[in-house]
Amino acid sequence: MNAERGSGVGTGDSADAHGQSPSPSAVVSMYGIEKRFGAVQANRGASLEVAAGEIHALVGENGAGKSTLMHILSGLLAPDAGTVRVDGTTVTGWSTSDAIRAGVGMVHQHFMLVPTLTIADNVVLGREPRRGMAMDVARAQRDVTEVATRYGFSIDARRRVGDLSVGEAQRVEILKALFRGAQILILDEPTAVLSPPEVQELWRVLRALRDGGGTIILITHKLDEVIEISDRITVMRHGQTVARMDTPTATPADIARAMVGRDVLLTVGHPSSGAGRVHGPEASVRSAAPRLTVVDLEVAGAHHERRVHGVSFTVAGGEIVGIAGVEGNGQTELVEAIAGLRAARAGRILLGGRDITTLPVRDRASLGLAHVPEDRHRRGLVLDYSVADNLILGRQHAFVSHLGLDRARIAQNARARIEQFDIRPTDPSLPARALSGGNQQKIVVAREMGGEFTVLLAAQPTRGVDVGAIEFIHAQLRASRDAGKAILLVSAELSEVLALADRVGVMSGGRLVALLSRDAATMDVLGLWMTGAAPPAAGAA
Amino acid sequence: MDALRERVADTLLPPVVALLVALVAGDVLILSVGQSPVEVYALLLRGTWGNAYGFGQVLYKTTTLICTGLCVSVGLRAGLFNIGGEGQLAAGGFAAALAGLALPASTPAPLGILVCTAAAVIAGGITGWVPGVLRARFGAHEVITTIMLNFIILALLNWAISSADGGALRVPETLHTRAIRAGALPRFGDLIPAFHGSAANLSLLIALIAAAAAWWYFFRTRAGYDLRAVGLQPDAAEYGGVNVGAVWVRAMTISAALAGLGGINFVLGYKHYYEDGFATGAGFLGIAVALVGRNTPLGVGLASLFFATLSQGGLAINALVPKTMVDVLQGVVILAVAASAPEVRRVLRRRKRIATA
Repeated sequence: MNAERGSGVGTGDSADAHGQSPSPSAVVSMYGIEKRFGAVQANRGASLEVAAGEIHALVGENGAGKSTLMHILSGLLAPDAGTVRVDGTTVTGWSTSDAIRAGVGMVHQHFMLVPTLTIADNVVLGREPRRGMAMDVARAQRDVTEVATRYGFSIDARRRVGDLSVGEAQRVEILKALFRGAQILILDEPTAVLSPPEVQELWRVLRALRDGGGTIILITHKLDEVIEISDRITVMRHGQTVARMDTPTATPADIARAMVGRDVLLTVGHPSSGAGRVHGPEASVRSAAPRLTVVDLEVAGAHHERRVHGVSFTVAGGEIVGIAGVEGNGQTELVEAIAGLRAARAGRILLGGRDITTLPVRDRASLGLAHVPEDRHRRGLVLDYSVADNLILGRQHAFVSHLGLDRARIAQNARARIEQFDIRPTDPSLPARALSGGNQQKIVVAREMGGEFTVLLAAQPTRGVDVGAIEFIHAQLRASRDAGKAILLVSAELSEVLALADRVGVMSGGRLVALLSRDAATMDVLGLWMTGAAPPAAGAA
Repeated sequence: MDALRERVADTLLPPVVALLVALVAGDVLILSVGQSPVEVYALLLRGTWGNAYGFGQVLYKTTTLICTGLCVSVGLRAGLFNIGGEGQLAAGGFAAALAGLALPASTPAPLGILVCTAAAVIAGGITGWVPGVLRARFGAHEVITTIMLNFIILALLNWAISSADGGALRVPETLHTRAIRAGALPRFGDLIPAFHGSAANLSLLIALIAAAAAWWYFFRTRAGYDLRAVGLQPDAAEYGGVNVGAVWVRAMTISAALAGLGGINFVLGYKHYYEDGFATGAGFLGIAVALVGRNTPLGVGLASLFFATLSQGGLAINALVPKTMVDVLQGVVILAVAASAPEVRRVLRRRKRIATA
């Protein structure tokens, strides 16, 4: 399936924009864009052309320079070199307020909403209609409702944003951009936080916007989304624009090859094609006794609210138990409680039969618990520490001699892990901050999976990493499973859970609402469980 | 290459920028009182580095600043802002004096020095341990608790020195204790005649050893690894099995112990008694020293030398310009460093990172 190239489209380096003049019909054209952050060249001669009234997918691995390019377009950053044109006018280096005035709006990955205010308040924020000294609340609600109706949003403008679901909050962000007159809408990884039905709702909204004449630029690295929603595709790699394609004639393999620069084994994004995938290792590998046992676990959140409620399950050696679910349904708290980062309010956690419920993090680690945390920037790495120092985080007690840290062994460990896990660049003295997202995650994975462990907690192990690194990390997880390790995989990517897990659980509202065998777990069934609506005839395993 | 350049810029830029800004501000001030900057700066240098006595005074002031600067930098490395240096320094000095008074005069010198120095370190450490525990246990912010403890400690010491009627402790009609019987440190003047009359003493050597030990602790020990991780990213440290609260307590204790160590400079090395307000301002100046010194022990040493020169130089130039000009210069340096320090820029970078994430 990886063989043929997309016909009739410019793939490969031919699409480099050097000397290329913008086509007159393009509503956005950027070419020769250069942008450097310290040691990192984020954009090197990148180019982009977007026609009016299309959904344009901007794809590429993490660190390929997509977000930088879009921040330049939206005025957040000024390029070091290059030209930006919008509607035929050269606007290089403009400000965000210029961009908003010219109808360019950006919806960020992290919402910028005030949770205690209503939808209407949030949308008009900064340009509130006034009556005398006070804000004209009624008019704000009327205006917002009017714009929402015009674009086909079903929204009650009087609701508090704090009460909204993630998908609804995102629609408020889009509405905010539209309210300011955005004709060109940039969305940065908009589906990262959405459940499958919410994604479909987002697609509906975007198509409606396009059909009404709007132009949409979608930053993503998910191939199935690109195929489903976009009209045209621009692929970036290492800060350059490497390919442009028309979606109807592009295959996922073409896009992936352009993103990574080589052929990729596509299991991600194709959960339905189960060919060649083996579910579960040989029976001899799987241990009879569970390695990880969780019994009636209750975990409280930051404000003493119940985040995990009565969760029980086991993970045997040689199996991957996947936990699916929309983010924020207790997965984070579940993993942190098992890792020892959050206290269990009730229930028990057993590691190989030993009760670890109240043990500190360090003792759990020395008993063989490894943990790839969901947020590598906050938890998994000390970003200002060197790669070598990060490769001993959590195991620093094993790297001491009588005079203090054993620098020689730390360096030796770093060299071994860097080679074994292909971390790039290979210089162990670089601060972790200087590496790309995929390589940062490889540091975490190398540290946790390179040493001795019996049970691995893998939380969002491939979040925000490129296709090549995803492939690599998945192979590592499978290899560990086949070597008899017990793995708890928590992922918001349903396709990832389906590609790796031997059993699949779903969390919703803090409860483990389903635990299915792999064969019973289809995309549709899981999707229904995730939304909280139990499918009528779902068999629990 | 670029990473190296950035690291060098991170380290050197703030002090250099601060110096330049201070120079310009100093010129303006000097001109405004009708004097020639060249003349004033020449006088400043002559009065400090130009003769052995002046240089000895600079070294004496440097010694205290190294200790209070290390105190602040240990805290900052752990993500804590210990601004209780004033009280901790005074507590150390008082404890050293008490120990020196309690020991018999026949105590061998090395033993006396050891016991008195240990007393200073322990007393300082206790005054830091308290806010450390308050932070770790109850979440009480160390900025509030340490500054409040300053008042408490200084008031208690003032009370001890002014109202205690026991003749054993205090000299009547003064605000200082009787002279210590043991633990006195030799002055440089005793060893090198040119330094005669200056206060510089062997405490400097002890402070330098403390700075070297701090470097080793930060960068070569597991505890230092944990401490810096807590300072940079407490969540990551916690994930790495570090007991964040315990590190806070430890860091505050070590930090304050270093300030307490500074007390021996005056008590054991110079006057041989504790005097109320013996080093007023040195604790707070430690904050500036740590910032200008970029939180590295070497930088703290150099910054101490710089601020000590300014402070001593203020006395030298008093004939031409008011010596408060030096206080103004100190303020300008602190502001310029605070604005260009990587700690500040890291906050800015974080904002930029959000924008580029």
